[in-house]
Amino acid sequence: MSHKTIKTISDPKLKLEVLTKEEVQKIHEATLHIIQTTGIRFPSKRALEIWEAHGADVNYEKKIIRAKPQLIEDALKTCPPKYVLAARDPQQDLPLDGNHVCLGTDGCGVEVIDIETKEKRTSVLQDVRDIARVADATNEVAFHWVPVSAQDTPTEARGLHEIKAVWENSTKHVQTESIYNVHEAKAAVEMAEILAGGKDNLRERPVISMMQCTAPPLGHDGGSLDAALIAAEAGIPTGFMTMSACLTTGPATLAGTLTVGNAEVIAATALLQLAYPGAPVFYAAAQTSSDPRTGAYTGGGPEDFLFGAATNVLSDFYNIPLSMGSFATGAKEPNWQAGLEGSLSTFMASVVMSDMLLGCGFLHGSRIWSYAEMMMDCEIFSIIHKMMQGIVVDEETLALDAIAAVGPGGHYLAQKHTRNHMRELFMPQFLDRRPYTQWEEKGDDARDWALNKARKILKEHQPDPLDEKISKEFERIIKLVEKK
Amino acid sequence: MSEELETLFKQMAQSIIDGDSDISVELAQKSIEMNIPPLDAITKGFVVGVNYIGDQFGLGEAFLPELVMAGEAMKAAVATLEPELLKLGEARETMGKVVLATVEGDIHEIGKTLVGTMLSASGFEVTDLGVDQPADKIIGKAIEIGASIVGMSALLTTTMVRQREVIEEMDKEGLRPKIKVMVGGAPITREWATKIKADGYSEDAVGAVKLAKDLVGKGDA
Ligand code: B12
Repeated sequence: MSHKTIKTISDPKLKLEVLTKEEVQKIHEATLHIIQTTGIRFPSKRALEIWEAHGADVNYEKKIIRAKPQLIEDALKTCPPKYVLAARDPQQDLPLDGNHVCLGTDGCGVEVIDIETKEKRTSVLQDVRDIARVADATNEVAFHWVPVSAQDTPTEARGLHEIKAVWENSTKHVQTESIYNVHEAKAAVEMAEILAGGKDNLRERPVISMMQCTAPPLGHDGGSLDAALIAAEAGIPTGFMTMSACLTTGPATLAGTLTVGNAEVIAATALLQLAYPGAPVFYAAAQTSSDPRTGAYTGGGPEDFLFGAATNVLSDFYNIPLSMGSFATGAKEPNWQAGLEGSLSTFMASVVMSDMLLGCGFLHGSRIWSYAEMMMDCEIFSIIHKMMQGIVVDEETLALDAIAAVGPGGHYLAQKHTRNHMRELFMPQFLDRRPYTQWEEKGDDARDWALNKARKILKEHQPDPLDEKISKEFERIIKLVEKK
Repeated sequence: MSEELETLFKQMAQSIIDGDSDISVELAQKSIEMNIPPLDAITKGFVVGVNYIGDQFGLGEAFLPELVMAGEAMKAAVATLEPELLKLGEARETMGKVVLATVEGDIHEIGKTLVGTMLSASGFEVTDLGVDQPADKIIGKAIEIGASIVGMSALLTTTMVRQREVIEEMDKEGLRPKIKVMVGGAPITREWATKIKADGYSEDAVGAVKLAKDLVGKGDA
């Protein structure tokens, strides 16, 4: 793959052990115990029938399945450990192979801080287009989540308008979490087949992937399950995301919440494998802790950061790629809290090599899109990208010749060795390193620079257009769904 | 008040503060055996505990699970006393009856449940229908129990329109303004609430209680 345009973390030099082998084994066994005894809710006729056909104990009235450990473990064996997320531009394909961390935008927001007026307002289709275009231009964003909801489009086909808008405004891979019913899922598959050039080509090069939420604790949403089965059948990479939260949808303890979420994800992943062995699947997670005083969704804090590191250990255990929530923050504007939560969550998820990170750009618990936040998140990712390269120690980097030439005293500014290596040092775009007086005079900061950068991109960047014929086809498919 | 009685009321309050349903039920039974008027057991005993936890929660001292457990212990105690109340033809005075639900197509539960917990803790009689509830279920329940408020939660931009549908249906059936409607959830704004002609909106559970009190004309209670 070409690293010309996309920045992914690979060949890491940093390591972190957040769970030992024995601890992972314990979580795994507890997970299987839960699936066998308490069971998992699958409120979809189709899903329940698949479970029954494979020998699970199915309670049709309560829609709960209980499965023996062997059934789950055997089913998981057919998960492909590696595959590619294809992009409209093949140069921007992303390998999910355990050695690449790819950043995506966050998704499904409901409001936008307008790029011109800076006022907060309801999100619309044009926002989906604009954000896709800005993301297309950055090196850091490797793939898209549909960033905000196109609330000016009809609800029956909203998810389709959204993926069309992203495809038309970017050549990168598209992942959606906004398609969670049969009609839209079928239409999305059809659209992806047209873009990929046929059913077989789509299997080869899935230009879309789909994420569904689980319904914690220990349940799923019927529409999401049916949509996931349709995607898996077509060879579209499909993931289930647990958002279980300590105190409310998960136990107060971190291990308990990890295990509850694991049971949800693993059971649904097994279902997809039972239905379509070998279908590309991924593990997805954004566990958190509810605020103990109010129950509010926090999207940040030390528990989140630990979950961020622990989940990839689990997905590695199951040998499937992971999409990990990161950059989540409860901050209401790009500020100290946003920087803190974005940095630590993304560092912890990256240092364990989570395959996909979701995602940059959001404020207020995944609700408000901010272009400034997006650009600053990208810079945080770049800093972590740099840190993950660690410290290289060899003859050249030890710089003995330069050290001898300078001797005690003096400086390294005039050394060839310095010139050869100085561009390896990180050049920030948004860190304020100016003299105090300059800052005082200008009165601006990172947020202004970040916003200006986004404005400039939006004005200047024109991604390779999508073939108009394909757009027309998309329109026809969407119209049909709207008429239903 | 006899010393024995005073101790019993104190124990009742404490059982709610501890969130211990077993003990609150035991004490409720004991009060029946002792021929204590059930309304006294509630207002002089159990409610004191609920109020205490509510205050502590408001101060940020008590955590949410404590509030929920207090609510459960209270519910269990009242359920034990209910048959006695019925025999006496008495009714516990509540702030009003509320039907609460997350709208059809939407399975987000936590926010709605929290609102229900806080309303119960503040003296409302709450019927929580759960998630993914169609209009006819919500409206049917409201009519059935003679609710004064219908509360609807919606967390998705695709399901918030259901709130409007329920309101329109209620208007068609001439149920408003007798039954008030309040709405909430992540994408819900004051503008949206006004647009769909809801009677009120709140961004959180504490605000929902204040709103509900205003809607039933007990704003200063
Ligand atoms: C947790 C969560 C989930 C959990 C819910 C678990 C559960 N058992 O409830 C799960 C994982 C199931 C989930 C599923 C989905 N989710 Co979700 N979810 C969230 C999240 C992160 C937090 C919600 C929450 O619990 N908050 C904590 C509670 C305490 O707060 P609250 O719900 O807002 O409630 C408070 C107030 O709003 C108010 N209130 C609430 N109701 C009412 C009612 C009345 C009458 C009043 C007065 C007040 C009031 O008081 C409450 C207490 O303070 C939000 C993001 C967010 N920050 O809100 C996304 C979010 C709402 N989800 C989202 C999405 C897209 C989904 C899915 C469609 C994803 C998918 N593809 O599967 C599915 C929906 C499936 C379905 N059919 O419903 C989007 C919606 C975006 C949109 N454009 O519509 C959001 C905004 C996140 C995002 N950007 O992606 N989700």
